[in-house]
Amino acid sequence: MTSKTKQEWRENCLAPVVKRSPERQNKFETTSDIELDTVYTSEDLTGFDYLEDSGYPGEYPFTRGVQPNMYRGRIWTMRQYAGFGSAEETNQRYRYLLQEGQSGLSVAFDLPTQIGYDSDHPLARGEVGKVGVAVNSLQDMEIIFDGISLDRISTSMTINATCAPILAMYIAVAKKQGLALDKLDGTTQNDILKEYIARGTYIFPPKPSIRLIADTAAYCSKYLPRWNYINIAGYHIREAGATATQEIGFTLADAIEYVKAIVDTGLDVDSFAPRISFIFQTHNNFFEEIAKLRALRRLWAKIMKERFGAKNPRSWMFRTHIQTGGVTLTSQQPMNNIARATVQALAAVLGGIQSLAVSCYDEGHCIPTEESVRQSLRLQQILAYESGVTDVVDPLGGSYYIEWLTDELEKRGAEYIAKIDSLGGAAAAIEQGYQQKEIQESSYRYQKEIESGQRIVVGINKFISPSPKITLLRVGPEVEINQKNKLAKLKKNRDNTKVNQTLKRLENVAQNNDNTMPAFLECVEAYATLGEMCDVLRNVFSTQREFLVV
Amino acid sequence: MAKQGKIRVLIAKPGLDGHDRGAKVVARALRDAGMEVIYSGIRQTPEMIVEAAVQEDVDVVGLSILSGAHLELLPLVTKGLKKKGRGDALVIAGGIIPEDDVPALQQAGVKAVFGPGAPTKDIIDFIKKESAK
Repeated sequence: MTSKTKQEWRENCLAPVVKRSPERQNKFETTSDIELDTVYTSEDLTGFDYLEDSGYPGEYPFTRGVQPNMYRGRIWTMRQYAGFGSAEETNQRYRYLLQEGQSGLSVAFDLPTQIGYDSDHPLARGEVGKVGVAVNSLQDMEIIFDGISLDRISTSMTINATCAPILAMYIAVAKKQGLALDKLDGTTQNDILKEYIARGTYIFPPKPSIRLIADTAAYCSKYLPRWNYINIAGYHIREAGATATQEIGFTLADAIEYVKAIVDTGLDVDSFAPRISFIFQTHNNFFEEIAKLRALRRLWAKIMKERFGAKNPRSWMFRTHIQTGGVTLTSQQPMNNIARATVQALAAVLGGIQSLAVSCYDEGHCIPTEESVRQSLRLQQILAYESGVTDVVDPLGGSYYIEWLTDELEKRGAEYIAKIDSLGGAAAAIEQGYQQKEIQESSYRYQKEIESGQRIVVGINKFISPSPKITLLRVGPEVEINQKNKLAKLKKNRDNTKVNQTLKRLENVAQNNDNTMPAFLECVEAYATLGEMCDVLRNVFSTQREFLVV
Repeated sequence: MAKQGKIRVLIAKPGLDGHDRGAKVVARALRDAGMEVIYSGIRQTPEMIVEAAVQEDVDVVGLSILSGAHLELLPLVTKGLKKKGRGDALVIAGGIIPEDDVPALQQAGVKAVFGPGAPTKDIIDFIKKESAK
């Protein structure tokens, strides 16, 4: 006799089997502690309304995707994160990646550049060129993009506290190439709140930092209409230890804070919201990650439409880049990371993302080699051109499990947003250490689960075998020495009177409420250094100490 | 270094990288194992770390670094500790540190390097064993 309801089936069919041989675990949960049932049916979707909750792709609430035909029209942008050592080496890597079929560039900057110190600053000691390329002045930016026409590519830059001056350098390069600014296509991360929460490269307190973001929003909306001036990041929040639901809640709460701040400067929400973009992570739990991306699209659409009253459908669209989870990589048996990355990249594609970077197998040891980056790019190309997953939009939509999980993640993400609202918004909650504490709890628990064997990581706490030696990329101390020499020469040969004038004007603009972007551009074109510009701002804005919580 | 009472540990992040997940997890685990732990926060220069280690009179200095600047910065910490008469402090490190770099760090006085995936239990056991010497 066949069962008519899930309850009947549970009693008549499932229970005897489980009684005979117990299941592998007492309970099954996602990484966000969402307890999972054995199977999902239409009974789990009571109240689910296709048109309201799902809708058609390309239409509100975009659960199924922001484009009506998704990858049938255009494959996602393949954009591996790269940049190291000197501007010259980085330029070579970019030319190589473009020649290998990559469709966009993604610039990694070294830490001094991210925190506004020139290569000759005492705090830059040992760090120059290590995790990205060192950029001290327009001169370095000119070399990085030498021979690469900026109207032919889209460029993403992982830059936050120093976004405005770095963007000004990119604009200056475009001007030197004789290009109209409305031809520029790309993204700057420009998301300072997650730096306080998770990533650490902030300089100034939240208020002036958010003002710089609003300045870039206003400037780009006017002059660089195709530029995604902000790329709000869940990636680093997840890397620091957040669960999938915390990643949703904390990141969208940050986004809400930015939209509020920009609206407060007097801009109409529809004039800047269409260019807001995101970067998230895909972690190991395959279905949770797919559901997360679907939930994010629906939640963001509702926030923009209902909370901010946006009318332009483009303002409702959640467009995102994905980087597969760096934190899921192991340094042990590094080739296993290719399998992890494949699962995560597939989740991203089934989740309907716009661009993708696949973390490289050697990243548990060093920044990636040319070989490991190529492997990541090939992984993307195999998914795109061999697997067939690109042929139908949102192929998992309508799965009882996926739809149920999408609802669950949306609900739990929204609960975190409500909690942060009650603390006074994202910035106020950060000042109280709320997100930081929550993330620490999650990451510590995750670690304990691994150490107790409750969570299996292949090659770490189970299935251990010797790791083969792999070739590593090294950035030697000569990069720092060369960079310092180049900087000294620059400071001697430029028109220093002009530099001082432009820095003075930057100081004045920073002190009142004018848009800082034109002043940055003047400084940059006079070859003022990033460190000099940031010193001016440090004096005007003051610096932020760590909101220490442990 | 065998002494009475709780083992005092400074967990510090030299250099500019903000990846503090590992440092915070280790700090918590050592605390749960009964040690007294001071966490420095991010962006510490070697000089600041030495200063804190001396001031707080710690037995152990744990350095977490993921930026690749370990060969430059970690020896400055061990040198600084010796200069201040605290060469006896147990210095250990963790983070993204290629195996090939470990001998150079050990030569500079870093007693052990715990890479990605190292269980916190191994770190706790190592500290306890060394402290009992």
